[in-house]
Amino acid sequence: MRLLTIIALIWLLAACSTTPTQPTLYERLGEQEGITTIVDNLLYEIGGNDTLLPFFAATNISRFREKLIEQLCQVSDGPCDYTGDSMAQVHAGMDLNDSHFNALVTDLVAAMDEAGVATGAQNDLLARLVPMYDEVMNPDDYINAEPTDTDANRVTR
Amino acid sequence: MVNRYLSRTLMLLVVLTGLVFNPAWAGSKILATSGATQIEGAAGGGLVPWAIIGGYGSEREWGAAASVTRVGLPDFQLGTAAVHAGINNRFEVSFAQQTLQVDNLAAVLSSPLDGVIEQHVYGAKARLWGDLIYEPWPQVSLGMQHKVNLNPAAGNVLGANSDSGTDWYLSVSKLYLHALFERNLLLNGTFRYTDANETGFLGFGDGSGTDTQWMAEASAGVFLNANWAVGVEYRQKPDRLNLGESDWRDAFVAWFPSKQVTVVGAYTDLGKVALWDDQTGWYLSVQINN
Repeated sequence: MRLLTIIALIWLLAACSTTPTQPTLYERLGEQEGITTIVDNLLYEIGGNDTLLPFFAATNISRFREKLIEQLCQVSDGPCDYTGDSMAQVHAGMDLNDSHFNALVTDLVAAMDEAGVATGAQNDLLARLVPMYDEVMNPDDYINAEPTDTDANRVTR
Repeated sequence: MVNRYLSRTLMLLVVLTGLVFNPAWAGSKILATSGATQIEGAAGGGLVPWAIIGGYGSEREWGAAASVTRVGLPDFQLGTAAVHAGINNRFEVSFAQQTLQVDNLAAVLSSPLDGVIEQHVYGAKARLWGDLIYEPWPQVSLGMQHKVNLNPAAGNVLGANSDSGTDWYLSVSKLYLHALFERNLLLNGTFRYTDANETGFLGFGDGSGTDTQWMAEASAGVFLNANWAVGVEYRQKPDRLNLGESDWRDAFVAWFPSKQVTVVGAYTDLGKVALWDDQTGWYLSVQINN
């Protein structure tokens, strides 16, 4: 029994010491170049998507592209800070429903497929973006809540 | 004997194929998230209904699916032809025509019984809250399956006291992204309140007055990629007729080549069914979606 424990410990230690440093998601997406490709593919997909295209009628596409690259870089642990508006601000007044959200996810997956992103890295990025769902779908809850929260903080401090 | 069921099924498939080629009706749900059809017609796995609403229709959309399923066992052939439709990702209605062909039923019971037991299942399901993917909490749905056994003689002989019954179930489903070896993991638990014997093929109840019982069912599946999933299912069953009725299990491979087509193959272990032991065999289901 004790021998088994020792063997298990040695095996564990060996496993730890030989495991190379895990690449960040940013690296697995192909860093700045890869993320740029994904975003450009996504813009192409949106361009052919009748469900989503109307929402971009008044959008400054080059700014959208730049901020989305920045955001995906930050979300994937890359060396960037997202400087765009909050998800609530961006999606306010759009009256989005699940069919829109699904359509964007589908286009993003297609964009990643096209860019040759591996399934595991795709799942990782999706898992990091999905928590934004509530803020995207219910922007009013966040925009209205922001000043109230700050006020409350001031009072308690 | 089987041909008349097959022809009805084929007609059904023709109708749905018509729907498939109308692109305006394509739903927006993510590929594979409308699942397959379980043996009683509801959206789910192979044996277990899930909390998902059938069809690829999301909010303000609808979707429908038609499927044929065969389970080949040493002494039985189980066949299901089913349709289900989902509206607004909120409500699902379903219908299944099931046939259990028993190879030597008349010989065993030494009575002039039909070798085929046919059952119709009328189903409905409503999503109560949650979302399969996007919200932190699982999707929870309440469903019912009203079953009418058209050949109740076998069940009656073995002690069942009704040829129809209604199952109620609560299902909890969640897809966890990037959860297991970087793959997406689907977990489902279903709690069914039922008085069916062998899911109704051997009738309902036993006249004891405490016929209806809670049964637990569970499914786990891993998406290898966007198009392929593998998993296992378990379905607890009662033994009201004291025949040693077994719980059911399967291990499945599901293929989603497109939103229009779903194919599920499985190895099933239905254990002892009525008087026959060791009913293990293959399961194949082909589904088309609009």
